[in-house]
Amino acid sequence: MSFPWAEVYKPKNPLMVWMDERLPMPRLVYNAIGAGYPVPRNLNYFWNFGVLAGVSLVIQIVTGIVLAMHYSTDGNTAFQSVEHIMRDVNSGWLIRYAHANGASFFFIVVYIHIFRGLYYGSYKAPREMVWLLGLVIFLLMMATAFMGYVLPWGQMSYWGTQVITGLFGAIPLVGETLQTWLLGGFAPDNAALNRFFSLHYLLPFVIAGVIILHIWALHIPGSNNPTGVSVKGPQDTVPFHPYYTAKDGFGLGIFLILFSIMLFFLPNYLGHADNYIPANPLATPAEIVPEWYFWPFYAILRAFTVDFILPAKLWGVLAMFFSILLLFFLPWLDKSPVRSANYRPTYAKFFWILVADVLILGWVGGLPAEEPYLMIAQTATIYYFAHFLIILPILSKIERTRPLPHSISRSVLHGEAAESAPPGTATRPNAPGLGQTASA
Amino acid sequence: MATLEGIEPGRDQGHGAREIHVDGAPADGRRRDFINVAAVSFLGVGTAAVTLPLISQMNPSADVLALASIEVDISGILPGQAVKSSWRKQPIFIRNLTPAEIKSANAVAIGSLREPQTLAERTKEGKANWLITMGICTHLGCIPLGTADGENRGDFGGYFCPCHGSHYDTAGRIRKGPAPKNLEVPEYVFKTDTIVQIG
Repeated sequence: MSFPWAEVYKPKNPLMVWMDERLPMPRLVYNAIGAGYPVPRNLNYFWNFGVLAGVSLVIQIVTGIVLAMHYSTDGNTAFQSVEHIMRDVNSGWLIRYAHANGASFFFIVVYIHIFRGLYYGSYKAPREMVWLLGLVIFLLMMATAFMGYVLPWGQMSYWGTQVITGLFGAIPLVGETLQTWLLGGFAPDNAALNRFFSLHYLLPFVIAGVIILHIWALHIPGSNNPTGVSVKGPQDTVPFHPYYTAKDGFGLGIFLILFSIMLFFLPNYLGHADNYIPANPLATPAEIVPEWYFWPFYAILRAFTVDFILPAKLWGVLAMFFSILLLFFLPWLDKSPVRSANYRPTYAKFFWILVADVLILGWVGGLPAEEPYLMIAQTATIYYFAHFLIILPILSKIERTRPLPHSISRSVLHGEAAESAPPGTATRPNAPGLGQTASA
Repeated sequence: MATLEGIEPGRDQGHGAREIHVDGAPADGRRRDFINVAAVSFLGVGTAAVTLPLISQMNPSADVLALASIEVDISGILPGQAVKSSWRKQPIFIRNLTPAEIKSANAVAIGSLREPQTLAERTKEGKANWLITMGICTHLGCIPLGTADGENRGDFGGYFCPCHGSHYDTAGRIRKGPAPKNLEVPEYVFKTDTIVQIG
């Protein structure tokens, strides 16, 4: 783990020496996020989002534990207990809004984190396990967020439960039995609410566990970087502390400012007004939409309207699950040896088309399933799968990539454009001092 | 730490061309220290600001505080009778003392008491027959007997705690047993002759 030139932990304080010989926890921290962890020196602000995701999880766990102190897991009192939190509990409104908006911010951060990985090829060898574990975390987050949205037991909670468990009902033969088993009844009720609460409390700690594996797997090869070129020597890295603790700290400040703006001025902007109506099993809201972070997947789910061998409903469910499972195969679908899209001009274009495609899916996923949105969703769904299953495998064979910089430190010193230009061309820098060492 | 190729040592890397003081310390050094101290201080302020609501949320909520004051109609309590009522989810004893009970309470030598208090100090002026106390034994929090007819009122005719045998007299004062203090008298006022507001 880590590079041979990493700084070594040497406690000076006798107490720390004593501690280090018995439980080397400070050494672990030093080697993981301290000066003992060398990191590529050229990381940009997109590398903040891993830390931001970790902070988001902490916010969710702390506020969530507080909410559980005041929440009542019973179909008859759950809604009232949430209103009790909002009106009666000291600072309850703040803690609940922080939890609800914290979930949204967690997803924003994680989506940027995922697309960062897609752009810079962070999923490629030797970081496949980092990518796979990240996807496991993402799936766990989706399950946790869904079950959390059920707990206020408003109209959206109730009908969301009905619809999402209904997805499992689409599975042939066993579907109906499975749905009944999930709900512990024939419709969402106390049994479903209690098991969702139990799992909603459990899963964040499972996520925390998988995050430890995610970071462990990351620290074996070390972080990727904007050039995608592997670290070659000590001149390519700086110690994590103080360089990236400071850079992450700055990013965290920006994150918390944006979070506070949402929290204090737009706390319900990302929510749905219908969830302030108590759950009513006899009346469905005019339009059921999941939380915004599920919209792209919801659009894929609804894009299938024609029975083809299997019923359309089942196609939708399969496509939705496959849209995520597909990402588990990404390291083997994209075989290009060049990681960073900065040196893959064609891939970079397709990357941005994919970003636009997912945004479009998200946009139509939040709208009613009517024309023309349905057709847009169908087109965008086809493109989504085509990107991963057709474009990427072909592109990785035929794309003509740009020449890579010789090393991270040289790309830092000369600028990436100059460094990646062929040797001897006019763009090659010839500044005094710099030119000397570059030719040495 | 590795030095950048081509940059002479001793120069601040990020600010290679910046001003350098006569004593050799870069001018940016102090600026950076200031930013560092300011940032870490603000982190402390922010942490404190976030911690306060997380702690205060465990205090009684508004709906609990709303129950902190109750009104009790005492018109139905005859002399010699007592009722148990609930205030802040805690039992409260309201007892209409008979003249004999008042007399026996006043006959006690104050100096001999574990917590010296007169009956007058424990009741409202002109309402010496209305003994209103918490129904919580001052030993370990059990509810003493003696409100309902036929219950054991202890050796002194007041209340008797069955948990560890504390005896209270007709003024609710501890007379025998392990309890350290008299039964607590809550805050209350007579709104009318028959309505008492507790809390």
